[in-house]
Amino acid sequence: MTTFTPTTSAEVLSAVQWALAEEAPLEILGHGSKRAIGRPLQCEHTLDLSQLSGVTLYEPAELVLSARSGTPLAEIEALLAQNGQRFDFEPMDYGPLLGQTPGRGTIGGTLAANLAGPRRLKAGAARDHILGIHAVSGRGEAFKSGGRVVKNVTGYDLSKAMAASWGTLAVLTDVTFKVLPAAETETTLAIRGLLDDNATAAMALAIGSSAEVSSAAHLPERMAARVTGGSLGGDPATLLRVEGFGPSVAYRLEQLKQLLGNAGAIEEISGEASAALWRDMRDVRPFADGSDKPVWRVSMPPADAHNMVLALRMQAAADAFYDWQGGLVWLRMEGEPEADLLRMLIRKFGGGHATLVRAPAAWRAAVPVFEPQPAALAALSARLKAEFDPKNIFNPGRMVPGSGPATLTGATEGKTP
Amino acid sequence: MSGISMPKPDAATLGRRDEIVADMRIIVPGEGVVDAVNEMRAFESDGLTAYRQLPMVVVLPETVAQVSRLLKYCNDRNIRVVPRGSGTSLSGGALPLEDAVLLVMSRFNRIIEIDYPNRVVVAQPGVTNLGITTAVELDGFYYAPDPSSQIACSIGGNVAENSGGVHCLKYGLTANNVLGIEMVLMNGEVVRLGGKHLDAEGYDLLGIMTGSEGLLGVVTEVTVRILKKPETARALLIGFPTSEQGGQCVADIIGAGIIPGGMEMMDRPAIHAAEDFVHAGYPLDVEALLIVELDGPGVEVDHLIGLVEAIANRNGATTCRISASEQERLTFWAGRKAAFPAVGRISPDYYCMDGTIPRKELPRVLAGMRELSEQYGLGVANVFHAGDGNLHPLILYDANKPGELEKAEAFGSDILRLCVKVGGVLTGEHGVGVEKRDLMPEMFNEIDLDQQMRVKCAFDPNHLLNPGKVFPQLRRCAELGRMHVHRGQVAFPDIPRF
Repeated sequence: MTTFTPTTSAEVLSAVQWALAEEAPLEILGHGSKRAIGRPLQCEHTLDLSQLSGVTLYEPAELVLSARSGTPLAEIEALLAQNGQRFDFEPMDYGPLLGQTPGRGTIGGTLAANLAGPRRLKAGAARDHILGIHAVSGRGEAFKSGGRVVKNVTGYDLSKAMAASWGTLAVLTDVTFKVLPAAETETTLAIRGLLDDNATAAMALAIGSSAEVSSAAHLPERMAARVTGGSLGGDPATLLRVEGFGPSVAYRLEQLKQLLGNAGAIEEISGEASAALWRDMRDVRPFADGSDKPVWRVSMPPADAHNMVLALRMQAAADAFYDWQGGLVWLRMEGEPEADLLRMLIRKFGGGHATLVRAPAAWRAAVPVFEPQPAALAALSARLKAEFDPKNIFNPGRMVPGSGPATLTGATEGKTP
Repeated sequence: MSGISMPKPDAATLGRRDEIVADMRIIVPGEGVVDAVNEMRAFESDGLTAYRQLPMVVVLPETVAQVSRLLKYCNDRNIRVVPRGSGTSLSGGALPLEDAVLLVMSRFNRIIEIDYPNRVVVAQPGVTNLGITTAVELDGFYYAPDPSSQIACSIGGNVAENSGGVHCLKYGLTANNVLGIEMVLMNGEVVRLGGKHLDAEGYDLLGIMTGSEGLLGVVTEVTVRILKKPETARALLIGFPTSEQGGQCVADIIGAGIIPGGMEMMDRPAIHAAEDFVHAGYPLDVEALLIVELDGPGVEVDHLIGLVEAIANRNGATTCRISASEQERLTFWAGRKAAFPAVGRISPDYYCMDGTIPRKELPRVLAGMRELSEQYGLGVANVFHAGDGNLHPLILYDANKPGELEKAEAFGSDILRLCVKVGGVLTGEHGVGVEKRDLMPEMFNEIDLDQQMRVKCAFDPNHLLNPGKVFPQLRRCAELGRMHVHRGQVAFPDIPRF
């Protein structure tokens, strides 16, 4: 049992070369805040990047920031805030949902998990803001991709390949992100009392207007009371966020009220209260219940997601709420994960994917945590993995059951709690 | 053709040309196979016209099944394939090879679905960029990335090149606006990445495909995000006595938290060429001219125009005009949009470069360019996507003078080296293609390039799809896959262990 705690990228390279020579798989770790996501690992050794830390370049006027991969996300976000800037993709914090201390997580993990938040709809995810990386491949080689400028098409975009790779392709040592000015102000409109289908229609109308709504979410009955300490009350709340310069926000709010005036009673939530509300939406507060009941993160075409949920509920007890205009469904199952049923229904209602982001380890070993891919695509993904990590030494089996020397998880296959 | 070496034609393939052409006619019946030399001339180059090569045969399939059969046929027989959309690439990405099938996707020209509730359009890859906007604009929507070739360039080609445009600082590149694709791999397998939902499952293969310059797969369907048109747009036309002041103004606008819809800069030679051509009323006594366009609700645009005007004046602007009408806004843009043909009027030929730099390095790079201009004895005019640091130097030369094209290319290479030296990159939006292929080592070392080529191996292990582009030196996948384990060389004691 060895834990490597490198403080330089050269030490990361050494550790990987050692692991490669020994064919000893490594668990790649930042703060470990998302460690409970994915198929369970059984690595003897750990590569802990939390000491590979520090912002190495920040030029606000150039909209660019570089940091070592183990730099705390919270530290970077504080630095950006001091300069009136932010990551526009609004990276979520899995801490509350997974029963961890909030506010942890590294910038490397932000990319490896392709984090996003309610603003994903308008601003994209981590993948849309990464400009360049330095990393060590499973071949024991340090490589780079991209650069530090916001517009660059020189060579393949291997930086994006790291997004949502969950530490299975390469060990990030340095990342460079695009940053953007923070909005001067924000206000949220809450339309009260809508059922899911009417809420979906209202969100589509708002997002399809020129009011530049940056986030649209829907909390069905019972869910609304679970955010911002219950201040919203229990009635369904359909939330539309408008951000920007003061006069513009005021104008666009009026526009939306006229557009949606007949939909239901409308409340206005301004400034810090609005920001707090969206933080709770971002961090899945309604399901941050201290339990380990299975929680799914489902990405679907927005218009039909609520019909998928309706169909699911005919066969399994589940709570749900919606972000991304309805296209991001957070689902908490009362009983078993029901992976096959859920995935069948997603296909039936327009396609997409489901990730089992919270569940006891035994379930995560038995049920495909990440959406299984059709054969040709799965084979392509496996070939890509082999080109980066031919000996399967990085987080083996975290995304798909591996066949390499590193796979010990077979022992728990098929076992359910 | 200028001096870049392409993969050696395969004699066995050329020897079987008649048989291959006959088989292509079986795979794509009807008019879809072109093998007469005079008819193939239309395909011998793309937008980088200094490079020309007739393909072995041109095939224009109509169905995904035909694309799949064609690629599998070629894969099984070791025949090279060069994919082509509309052929507007400025980097030679669609340059044919003597022994390759040129796979032209222009007959895939239908919009498949317009889906307003999900705000997407599903289109075949041969639909033009502007064609997508045209399909939805009556309902007030548009597709945001707007490369200057948008009237002709295809959406499939946009995916291959990760095309940008004037508005990409605010609205993103192709990669940020494409939600899904269907593609065919070289072995004939059809895979779908993403769809109408956000973030494809598994590895971000869509991110890798976007900007892969036709080396990884052939796109057969594209799903893009559409946006509601901004309520209004207005522009400022601002002149500065020095490029430093213009650059500082751009930095201050962004520093004030303003991300304009478009922000373009021109230097003195470009200003004069444009003004002589279109008479847009550009000031001729300035060194740098900035066009700042703000879009959104009217009240926001008015508010921001005031802020930008104040910032411009603080930075010593000598002229600052604000568009009072849509017509005036378009006049401001007319000169910038006509900059390339305008430069074409003052020089028999021009060579357009595409480096990106950290914006603050602009004065240093412009000064460096002036020095190089004197050294090579060739003029240069600059247009510049100022918001994101993407430079388009236009090198003026005369192709009829012996040696001038080579001199222009050498000048261009030196400019790109300078861009990399100050922390920038070789290409912001035009792609590497053949044009910048041999400059890749300026930016990437051998390990970096090998890892990129290994990605290629996962998609196309026989290097049959668009070979000779992007990578300066092709290495066999078997060789790239070989492991060199550094046993015994590990600086192990340096690493804290617990």
